[in-house]
Amino acid sequence: MNSSGYKIFKFVFLAFWASFVVAPFLWALTTSFKTINGVTSGATYIPWVDYEPSLDGWRNVLGTGSQGINVIEPFISSAYVTIGASALSLVLGTFVAYGLSRFKYRAGFIRNGDITFFFISQRIMPPVVLSIPFFLMLQQLGLLDSIFGLILVYIALLMPIAVWVMVDFFNNIPKEIDEMAMLDGCSPLQTFLRVILPNAKPGLVVAGLFCVIFGWNDFFFAFTLTFTETQLLPVAIVSLNSSATPWWSLSASALISIAPLIFVAVLVEKYLDRGNLAGAVK
Amino acid sequence: MSIVAENINLTVDGETYLRNVSFELPNEDFFIIVGRTKAGKTTLLRLLAGLEEIDSGSLTLDGDDLTKMPPWERKVGMVYQQFINYPHLNNFENIAFPLRRAGLPEDKIAEAVNKVAAVLGVEEFLEKLPSELSGGQQQRIALARALVKDSKLLILDEPLVNLDYKLREQLREEFKNIFNDQRERLVIYSTTEPAEAMELNGTVIVMHEGEIIQIGAAEEVYNRPANTRVAEVFNDPPMNLVRGVVEGNRIHLNQDVIMALPAHLQNLAAGRYTFGIRAADINLKPDAYAAEVQLGEINGSETILHIKLGDISLVTEQEGVHQYDLGASASVDFDLNQLYVFDNNGDLLFSPATNSSFEKAMQDQEKDN
Repeated sequence: MNSSGYKIFKFVFLAFWASFVVAPFLWALTTSFKTINGVTSGATYIPWVDYEPSLDGWRNVLGTGSQGINVIEPFISSAYVTIGASALSLVLGTFVAYGLSRFKYRAGFIRNGDITFFFISQRIMPPVVLSIPFFLMLQQLGLLDSIFGLILVYIALLMPIAVWVMVDFFNNIPKEIDEMAMLDGCSPLQTFLRVILPNAKPGLVVAGLFCVIFGWNDFFFAFTLTFTETQLLPVAIVSLNSSATPWWSLSASALISIAPLIFVAVLVEKYLDRGNLAGAVK
Repeated sequence: MSIVAENINLTVDGETYLRNVSFELPNEDFFIIVGRTKAGKTTLLRLLAGLEEIDSGSLTLDGDDLTKMPPWERKVGMVYQQFINYPHLNNFENIAFPLRRAGLPEDKIAEAVNKVAAVLGVEEFLEKLPSELSGGQQQRIALARALVKDSKLLILDEPLVNLDYKLREQLREEFKNIFNDQRERLVIYSTTEPAEAMELNGTVIVMHEGEIIQIGAAEEVYNRPANTRVAEVFNDPPMNLVRGVVEGNRIHLNQDVIMALPAHLQNLAAGRYTFGIRAADINLKPDAYAAEVQLGEINGSETILHIKLGDISLVTEQEGVHQYDLGASASVDFDLNQLYVFDNNGDLLFSPATNSSFEKAMQDQEKDN
């Protein structure tokens, strides 16, 4: 295929794909401004032309409307849990990954590869297998239905991701850089903090992004480990779905729940495509 | 300061990296480790830097056990074969890094960095990142960082091997000046190329399969290789070694290749020996020994011929370009005054009385690179 033909193909394909990705958002956006009449009177898309827009959906989920559920409090709870668990997972996981990448461990038949696999294997198990042990453990600790308890559980879920991403990333930083730092007067901890971490920024961003996405979107543990005191956003949104579903409120809250991830993704995008290890070793 | 090693052994996963290595390195000298790939050069250098642990033996610095001292306390500067710099720091900060770790004040750091940058000709790149520089410039930054700090020991592990020919020549010339001026620290340099060792003009340590096989001035090692292994490692192409018998004032290499004992070997008793002759001392000459050409390589302005005299395989080096087909016949003669004799253990017995000029050898080997 010649290059201009390829360019046209690429453009058409990407435009087609983008419409697939963007369409549901537009649909949710337009639905969030509808009332019951707008939703039930057939397919309508353009406000003021197809239907009369209303802010009821948004008022309901933001707690200023006549009905519905306030999602502000679950939003804040979700933010606490996601940020807390992601940050701790990233810190712990980065240390673990550096150790696994640079030092040789052995305990009986266990080697570095086995330890790495142990972390990843936490994600291989279906979550439902973990739910009962987690429930019992949190019950013993008196941490059921609490933000702190959820943070502990989420660390168990997110840290494997951080370890996985960071081990691979550290393995790609030449060991000679560590050695050079030590010869230049850095202790092992200083080597890690002053030389390795600054060079691992893209890896940290990717690992952090994964943690935030998985943490923010988790429904299963948020649902099984909380009752009345604490409610996270995914659970709050689902609870809107009663017998007469308020599609306008549901759409508004869905958009509210997606917004932070889009914001984070845009924020870190510039770090994701930086080959800033080029020049370390030629 | 002096570093003393005694009977150091290092084995990893059944593979021997160092075997009974002993040496004494006094301060303020320039040492060049010469050996082929896998001879243990890098392992020995890493050991001195504290990046490798030994199985047995001792390594001391002025009598203190060096093996207990972690690398960050050793005050060692090191330049790797690869161009290792800190990718996240610009070149000024790269060079300044060890000085910042040592807690020097800002004005002292700037002064020292600018001074060493001027010596190495990298002042104009200080604001750039290492990744924005060419290989040779990156290696200069790495060298600047090793030179800038107050190190007692400067280690260079084949620093020129990844550079192209022109740059290598240029940097080698600069190294020679820098390291021969640097008499306040111990400099250890490793290379696979004997020519590099000869040009750099330091004390040569020849290594082979994890052992040190000779220590001496470059000229001494070249003219009087302690044994056959040094003769091979310290010549490029390796010295030809042929087993032969001395009988009635004649050397019999095989039934057809028989020659008279040259003047410097008149005292050689009858018996079996290993004879050594450099590729450059075997010359094409009509009506001499008949040989068959196995392979001809043209290397710059020289031709390297792999030839066979009956069952004896030899390598010769000829000035100029000579075209030989595979299996072509040639006639060669030996410069018998340049004949080396080794005993059956491979140790040197006799070396030529008049050495073919060391300077000429350097130039010859230069051209090969």
